[in-house]
Amino acid sequence: MTVLETPPTAQRDALPLVAPQLPRWAPALALVIAAAGAGILALLLSWGLTGTLLATVLLLALVLPLWSRFVEGGRRAKDRLATILVWSTFGVAMIPLTTLLWQVIDNGAGVLSGQFFSYSMRNVVGEGGGIYHAIVGTLIITLWATAISVPVGVLAAVYLVEYGENRLPARIVTFLVDVMTGIPSIVAGLFAYALFVIFFGPGVRMGFGGSVALAVLMIPIVVRSTEEMLKLVPNELREASYALGVPKWRTITKVVIPTSLGGIITGVTLAIARVAGETAPLLIIAGKTDSVNFNAFAERMQSLPVFIYYSFTQPGVPPQYGQERAWGAALVLIALVMVLNLIARIIGRIFAPSKR
Amino acid sequence: MATAHTTEAGSSRAVRRPGDVIFSGLSTGAAFLILAALAGVAIFLTIEGWPAVTASSGELGADNIVLHVWPLLFGTLLAAAIAMLIATPLAIGLALVISHYAPRRLAGPIGALIDLLAAVPSVVYGLWGIQYLAPKMLPVYQWLQDNLGFLPFFEGPATTGRTLLTASVVLAVMALPIITSISREVFAQTPVLHQEAALALGATRWEMIRLTVFPYGRSGVISAAMLGLGRALGETMAIAMVLSATGVISFNLISNQNPSTIAANIALKFPESTGVHVNVLIFSGLTLFVVTFLVNFAGRWIASRGQVKG
Repeated sequence: MTVLETPPTAQRDALPLVAPQLPRWAPALALVIAAAGAGILALLLSWGLTGTLLATVLLLALVLPLWSRFVEGGRRAKDRLATILVWSTFGVAMIPLTTLLWQVIDNGAGVLSGQFFSYSMRNVVGEGGGIYHAIVGTLIITLWATAISVPVGVLAAVYLVEYGENRLPARIVTFLVDVMTGIPSIVAGLFAYALFVIFFGPGVRMGFGGSVALAVLMIPIVVRSTEEMLKLVPNELREASYALGVPKWRTITKVVIPTSLGGIITGVTLAIARVAGETAPLLIIAGKTDSVNFNAFAERMQSLPVFIYYSFTQPGVPPQYGQERAWGAALVLIALVMVLNLIARIIGRIFAPSKR
Repeated sequence: MATAHTTEAGSSRAVRRPGDVIFSGLSTGAAFLILAALAGVAIFLTIEGWPAVTASSGELGADNIVLHVWPLLFGTLLAAAIAMLIATPLAIGLALVISHYAPRRLAGPIGALIDLLAAVPSVVYGLWGIQYLAPKMLPVYQWLQDNLGFLPFFEGPATTGRTLLTASVVLAVMALPIITSISREVFAQTPVLHQEAALALGATRWEMIRLTVFPYGRSGVISAAMLGLGRALGETMAIAMVLSATGVISFNLISNQNPSTIAANIALKFPESTGVHVNVLIFSGLTLFVVTFLVNFAGRWIASRGQVKG
């Protein structure tokens, strides 16, 4: 009320139309100041690179909001602080990724050789040997797991999209498949063991058991991705097919699934990449061995993740060679998983336009 | 339109050909095979775990199975809880970077980088944790012990990097991608009109996010954190390799005496176990299954409720 009583004309010139703002280059300048300050501190206290970077971010989070506080006011200062904090989470998340990849490449690249890929560990003590048996095992176990989970997963997704019609049973299946994606891998391994023990007696170890355990982990991923892809198929295609008198099952196998094939393959490839690196279930049911085993239905079978685990934790004497092999195998495993992910993305991109 | 579709589908189903019957039977069977597998996990673990309940105390090394499993369950819950304390704020920030802060051209690659974290196998995280992270964390622990030693969490003695806190950091890194990817989807779905209204009223970007994005995405973030918790509870190899466990019950996060976790304990002991010890491990696996099932169930339930509301 009192504001209205004062004559407005006297103050009009003093009222700015635009709130004062920091210039566009202010964040860059603040960053330079923060980096310089942190650099001086680092020189004085002899910090490493990590400490310097940390101090830079902290100083930046102090300098820029303070500056902004005096020029722009508290609300803008808070906004700038939030921006710095949000972006710094990205920086923090990149630390494990970069150090991990650098460690694996740095430690593993020197080990790779023709012998490393073509020898098993049979009768190897100390230097030499390779991961041939582990690669063979990983391929066979993953192949069987794929052979189990793709038919089951795709058919279940067909049920959910084409037959379930969003009724209660279909909704329950969808919900439980979602819950199933969270089953711990070691529980899947114990399940396979508990199942096989009934038929083969205590202490059973076989590669196929590992495939069953991996299939338990893989099926929910396949179902979810296939379901999403089948839902994307336009209804007009189904209706056109029905109008020509094509039965429903022919429509699904000849129209719906071919239309969404690219997406389904992408989902399956991602699922394979996800389970190829699983260690815990294979540790329990597939066991470990130093020899090549091509038969998934008898005897222990080595796999890359289990090989990495045992080479590192029980490297033998002297420990140096076993640990080197562990890093080499880790590099191979990461490369395998990354290539699978890349293939999945490429397939997804190639087939993406044909969905329309 | 919709009614026309259903009558068409209905009439095509009226003429049931053998192929139709077989195919619908196959796909329905596949769907219920999945439910059977889920039930099978519970049933077979119960069958094989039951001998542990009736086993004598001499075979167990503890008075009964509850006393045997409880320290492991404690370690599992503690490690996962600390991992969530670290991962959830980071994941919310990351999700905001991808959905609101990064330029659209950069948002895709940044999301792919975070997904890359999910692609790294857990055993490689174990290698990284034991060889790189643990030695780097040791000076931090010594500093914590010297300066915050009066807190029960940091009593020490800080003599090794392979502590529960290191294991929790590794767990946090592994749970980060799943929390981020779900949160960012929820954040990206915030109605544009809400956001534009907030900005038009003069809100800064942070105020806009606090006023529109967070309230809209709250249930999504909670369910994402629950699913991340489920992942952290069941994670095996990284803990088995990083943690130097002695099986005590203690809130001391940086000492050389650490509680073990169920999953890591199974992975470490199973290959050499025989007889009733296998049953004991399977029983502890059943406990882990029940806990993760409940957490995931709650997470998915909150998520599906949030979808209905939005």
